[in-house]
Amino acid sequence: MQINFDESIPIYVQIMQGVMWDVAVGTLAPGDKLLSVRDLARDARTNPNTVQRAYMELERMGIVETQRGQGTFIKASPRLAKEVRSEVTATAVRSFINEMRRLRYSNEEIVGLVSQGLDEVPAADGPSAANGQTVADGLASGQSTEGTNGGVH
Amino acid sequence: MLAIEMANVHKRYYRSHALRGVNLQMEPGKIVGLLGPNGAGKSTLLKICAGLAHPTTGRVHVLGRDVSTATKGLTAFVPENDTFYSWMTPRQAVAFENSMFSDMDVSDAMDLLRELRLDPDNKISSLSKGQRGRLKLVLAMSRRARVVLMDEPLAGIDPPSRAAILETIASRYRAGEQTIIISTHEVLESEKLFEDVVFLSDGQIVLSGNADELRANRSKSLNEIFAEVC
Repeated sequence: MQINFDESIPIYVQIMQGVMWDVAVGTLAPGDKLLSVRDLARDARTNPNTVQRAYMELERMGIVETQRGQGTFIKASPRLAKEVRSEVTATAVRSFINEMRRLRYSNEEIVGLVSQGLDEVPAADGPSAANGQTVADGLASGQSTEGTNGGVH
Repeated sequence: MLAIEMANVHKRYYRSHALRGVNLQMEPGKIVGLLGPNGAGKSTLLKICAGLAHPTTGRVHVLGRDVSTATKGLTAFVPENDTFYSWMTPRQAVAFENSMFSDMDVSDAMDLLRELRLDPDNKISSLSKGQRGRLKLVLAMSRRARVVLMDEPLAGIDPPSRAAILETIASRYRAGEQTIIISTHEVLESEKLFEDVVFLSDGQIVLSGNADELRANRSKSLNEIFAEVC
């Protein structure tokens, strides 16, 4: 799990989000083992207690389970990925809408800006596509427009 | 039982006033950042906890006891400027430390020397500042001290050594049983390591609390808060 931390947001929240994103896109599958508290703390140069707190919150949300002496695992539930995906999506959409509203855009303008943006930004085929390509590289973007419109209204 | 408790602590040196009425309660089992600019009184505060300086007035308890030889045995102090004998090798420094402190784990220390890529048989006089910084850390983290006090462990040290030091603290810290207090003015690099923070400015505590709560309440990094309050 690769987290680019923003130090103005609680660290435990960002660790939770990192796990949830990986579950949402399938990088972490049901039954997969998370890094141990100590290993993640070392990799992220963060506090083991902070990692522990993130794992505890994830357990409370029903996303992971801890098996005594064995570690922390993604819960083996068939519906989990879908549920986490819609949770992560709803949060991303909400935060985008809030930001646009703070900039005083109407609903119609937001929808217009989104479809205009989708024409300019290449479609993301994989997790790393967004930073690897330039605008000129990819023009295919038509397919994902419908879903986004539905979410905004 | 609190790891550190200070009640109305003042420290005056001849004409200067290093601490001006510090009240502090640090819970055990945490990594705490003691943050403040140069001259804020961070070193004085740590030295008082280590029993290397005495408050002019006020009361200090470490692990529920008055600072004494008993608390010194439970406390590891890592000074900003190391005090190694330059003719020693890291291996000899480990043995020396082992003769001074009964809670030293020699095999742990040798593992940690290897992990931090320090040659046990190289003379300390030939080590770089970064290597000496790593050696200080090896000696402190391989003791089973209940309280570790680190004074500016990153100051003047090259970036790769700083990263190695932060990683070692994160992975070797005995969560739950050990309290580590780290003074620094280099907040940007170290802030993810702290569970609690204490901001010290001009000999007084200007802000303290849980690091993630401060971030959530202010939507700011500790580094930004530092610039505001110190």
